[in-house]
Amino acid sequence: MMTAMIDISNAQKSFVMHLQGGIELPVVRGVSFQVNPGECVVLSGPSGAGKSSILKMIFGNYRCDGGRIGIHHQGKVIDLARAEPRQVLSVRRSTIGYVSQFLRAVPRVATVDVVAEPLIANGTARAEARERAGQLLRRLNIPERLWMLPPSTFSGGEQQRVNIARGFISDLPILLLDEPTASLDAANRAVVVDLIDQKKRQGVAMVAIVHDDEIRHLIADRTVDVTSFAAAA
Amino acid sequence: MAETGNAVQDNDAPLLVADDLSKSYGRLTACRDVSFALYPGEVLAIVGESGSGKSTLLQLLSAQLAPSAGGVSYRMRDGVMRDLASLGEAERRFLFRTDWGYVHQDPAQGLRMAVSAGANVGERLMAVGWNHYGRIRDAASSWLERVEIGIDRIDDEPRTYSGGMRQRLQIARNLVTEPRLVFMDEPTGGLDVSVQARLLDLMRNLVSELGLAAIVVTHDLAVARLLSHRVMVMKGGRVIETGLTDQVLDDPREPYTQLLVSSILPA
Repeated sequence: MMTAMIDISNAQKSFVMHLQGGIELPVVRGVSFQVNPGECVVLSGPSGAGKSSILKMIFGNYRCDGGRIGIHHQGKVIDLARAEPRQVLSVRRSTIGYVSQFLRAVPRVATVDVVAEPLIANGTARAEARERAGQLLRRLNIPERLWMLPPSTFSGGEQQRVNIARGFISDLPILLLDEPTASLDAANRAVVVDLIDQKKRQGVAMVAIVHDDEIRHLIADRTVDVTSFAAAA
Repeated sequence: MAETGNAVQDNDAPLLVADDLSKSYGRLTACRDVSFALYPGEVLAIVGESGSGKSTLLQLLSAQLAPSAGGVSYRMRDGVMRDLASLGEAERRFLFRTDWGYVHQDPAQGLRMAVSAGANVGERLMAVGWNHYGRIRDAASSWLERVEIGIDRIDDEPRTYSGGMRQRLQIARNLVTEPRLVFMDEPTGGLDVSVQARLLDLMRNLVSELGLAAIVVTHDLAVARLLSHRVMVMKGGRVIETGLTDQVLDDPREPYTQLLVSSILPA
């Protein structure tokens, strides 16, 4: 039997808003699903159903109130819902990549270095990391004259492609994708679909949020309906 | 159950351990029951408003203030964990001159304003036994370059420098001895926003290239987000919330942390 890369059971999350009189906002509960190597699971459901929150819980960015987020990490299963900060950082360095909707760039850093950084953090030599960053940027149609500029001045679509390059450059076994094609044109959407296919062939387990039906049909091996985890009291 | 995966793989031992640290002045308690472990290469931010006890805590951790209760231990280069209170004078001097750095908010406190920039950097090397003038000057030049100060300014006194340059010089002076731990007290505090971004980017790169551990006191959550792996939120002398930096900032739990996070003005 195949070992799941991600094994979530009964995960639960709510926000308590202390500045609004302590009201509790339930987000999701009973979140349970698995993702196998080489599989792309797409989360579906209307806005506000908790799709992004689930991705953030899998990345350890949001804390869980209950349940278990099992992640296959360096030959063991680690429960991210109860991991120490150092363990979460280790999981992010060598197991889980996350392509967020928006690029959070450090001022002054050149685009090619923004993209190469995750490889360098994992010990790849700077020259090789930059070389691979360049290949991805070229594939995503970012003109070479922009590579040495910081991405903060780029258009929304260009920033998103830089973000995708940064997310796809590593050889991590799990990838989380939050609307990776939202502000891209048809040509670049096709490139992203190709990149996802390539990751599947490499055995990467992926969880994605995509609103575009056409893209969803192209990438989804399975769909998990998030409305069944709705926690509305 | 595969729960064993969560056991912390402790081949790397903590560098510094604070154990129930408290400090009171008469009836006023500035810092109460603070415990944590800092690992090599880890950057910890201590955030909170003025009067929250964060500066007192930094002074306790860096042995500049004696605790009223509790203690701090530090792993010396020989690998032995030592209680800071039990160190002899020579060992303390070794820590302050070599193994630790301390970056003050006001560079004038961490620099000698009336001697040249090169001498400011070289002085720390001489304190650890370097005596070859040419080599000291080479090391100083290469550090000035790393912190983006032109070599043509090496003989100038820091009082002729801008605020941002002084702060970068203070960082060079601290890092030249290859410390394993750097304390920073509001390192971007007195600087213009444009200068802050450059300094933050520089510090972030140096910390990761050198594998430094750092404890950074700041009231600026953006500084904590850019520089630190982990954050401790202080209020009234106590640590009220702690965790991975992005977790605490994106999913704050305590009322006071939620207030801090929601008070950031959008750019």
